[in-house]
Amino acid sequence: MAAKQTEWSAFSDVIAAAAAVVLLVIGLAIAGLTKEPVMAFHGLLFAAGAVLAGIGILWTFGHHNDQPLVGADTTSDGTHYQDGPIKVATLAALFWGLAGFLVGDILAWQLAIPALNFDLPWISFGRLRPLHTSAVIFAFGGNVLLATSFYVVQRTCHARLAGRWSPWFVVWGYQLFIAIAGTGYLLGVTQGKEYAEPEWYADLWLTIVWVVYLLVFLGTLIRRKEPHIYVANWFYLAFIVTVAMLHLVNNATIPVSLVGSKSYIVYAGVQDAMTQWWYGHNAVGFFLTAGFLGIMYYFIPKRVERPVYSYRLSIVHFWTLIFLYIWAGPHHLHYTALPEWAQTLGMAFSIMLWMPSWGGMINGLMTLAGAWDKLRTDPVVRLLVVSVAFYGMSTFEGPLMSIKAVNSLSHYTDWTIGHVHSGALGWVAMVSFGAIYCLVPWLWNRKGLYSLKLVEWHFWISTIGILLYITAMWVSGITQGLMWRAYDKLGFLQYSFIETVEAMKPYYVIRAIGGLLFVAGSLIMIYNVWRTIRGDAMQDAEDQPRVAAAPALRLQPVIQVK
Amino acid sequence: MTYETVATFSQVTSLLLFITMFAGVVVYALWPNNRGRFEQAQRTALDLDVRSQKQEGR
Repeated sequence: MAAKQTEWSAFSDVIAAAAAVVLLVIGLAIAGLTKEPVMAFHGLLFAAGAVLAGIGILWTFGHHNDQPLVGADTTSDGTHYQDGPIKVATLAALFWGLAGFLVGDILAWQLAIPALNFDLPWISFGRLRPLHTSAVIFAFGGNVLLATSFYVVQRTCHARLAGRWSPWFVVWGYQLFIAIAGTGYLLGVTQGKEYAEPEWYADLWLTIVWVVYLLVFLGTLIRRKEPHIYVANWFYLAFIVTVAMLHLVNNATIPVSLVGSKSYIVYAGVQDAMTQWWYGHNAVGFFLTAGFLGIMYYFIPKRVERPVYSYRLSIVHFWTLIFLYIWAGPHHLHYTALPEWAQTLGMAFSIMLWMPSWGGMINGLMTLAGAWDKLRTDPVVRLLVVSVAFYGMSTFEGPLMSIKAVNSLSHYTDWTIGHVHSGALGWVAMVSFGAIYCLVPWLWNRKGLYSLKLVEWHFWISTIGILLYITAMWVSGITQGLMWRAYDKLGFLQYSFIETVEAMKPYYVIRAIGGLLFVAGSLIMIYNVWRTIRGDAMQDAEDQPRVAAAPALRLQPVIQVK
Repeated sequence: MTYETVATFSQVTSLLLFITMFAGVVVYALWPNNRGRFEQAQRTALDLDVRSQKQEGR
């Protein structure tokens, strides 16, 4: 048995090393054959990634124990969970999160004070904006989803991650994708589709990474020792499968040359617009909602040590959410060339989404029933629960804005930006912070966080930041919308466009201040996480709940379950 | 076949399909035989005190 295990490990090491060599050759070939400096740079990035991967593989080759690859935590029968890739993804989430928030706030200041772009092309709004959106959604959010999904699927299945190198490939391959996409934006490589800006070669690389991600996740589910697949895994699986489908359909492009970055999409006109917003809205629905609901369904019950309020409701929540979301995209194209019936369909499905969204929110919040005091005593619980409240608020606002009469006022204004950020900062980022604060002591085998007090500070600073941000954008957006549609008594437009821009200035400054607070909060988190990982003495151990500690270090529960 | 015929047909079909799927989900969630599995999933999948119970032989 042990010999067979060693044989398998050696075999997978050889396969992994061979894959690294293939990647190295492809990277060098691209770098050598292309006439574009940016693509040559990307070829070299691929090659550098391959070399680093090769060094990592050779480093473990020869000693066939898996110790460098796994963490300390074990299943009940003693199998080690594979936590190494989860640690990498957690740290990557912190890094990209800070970068993404910071770039967002720079953009906010640029909008208030345009001279801040210093007339440099690389930091102009058009190039930094996709860097910000991709960094927060795909780099920060994506790494949080990688980390939590790998953690949750192992713990709820009581099985180790499938594959020896595959989980590592998923995590590091994803970072390589981010580096290629992000540097591409700054250097002017983009296919110009919102939230799908990476060009064809980055898309192909992401496809490979994502398929391996799906296989690792499915392989772990198949190994499970529990009869039933816990609901959080259903949400993660829906996220992985749907994002694969969206990515493939919306990025069906034909490159001009195999050694050039430019490509053309196969769809034309309104079909292209519809495909893009089918993709765009489901990036919200499946990346930013379904995946993070997986976090909600694991981390809230785990942190408050109570089962989810209603498991039956979670099943209805899951199926209704995924069947409705996929149809809501056309609401991004109200009053355009898209056929009227398609716009109405998008609106109707968006309104129906109120039901599953609020059902899910109630399920998350009511999990605290009988333990509401934890909201006061544990700021990590507060982050998780307030995020669910923001989820409820922004999923109420979204369907409202999809109603055509409301949309005629809100569309193309800052109201949309405010809505997106109440979801992104309030829901996605807050639930991620809560999950990270849970994960770090669990993964690095600590008795708790370095300081719960600093989590308290982080919570309040970022909450105030979010409130400044979204209230400023509501006022700004509605003002803008009303000014655009104001007519004088002769039937002329009352305001020139520049007058509406001028009216926005105070709100843009408030928004930028709110963003700055949010960045400051994330710096506090990074400091706290760094001290926790270093193993520094806990500042307020007595205030932390027993679940703050890593599983092996937890005190026995005071109250036994019946 | 006119546009109206096709539209009516597809609308009615998808309406029935969605109602059937929704009914199926609700029936699955509320089916009495599934109660045990769901209640077990709620606790053991999350390891809610599973270790301490084992140690105490419960």
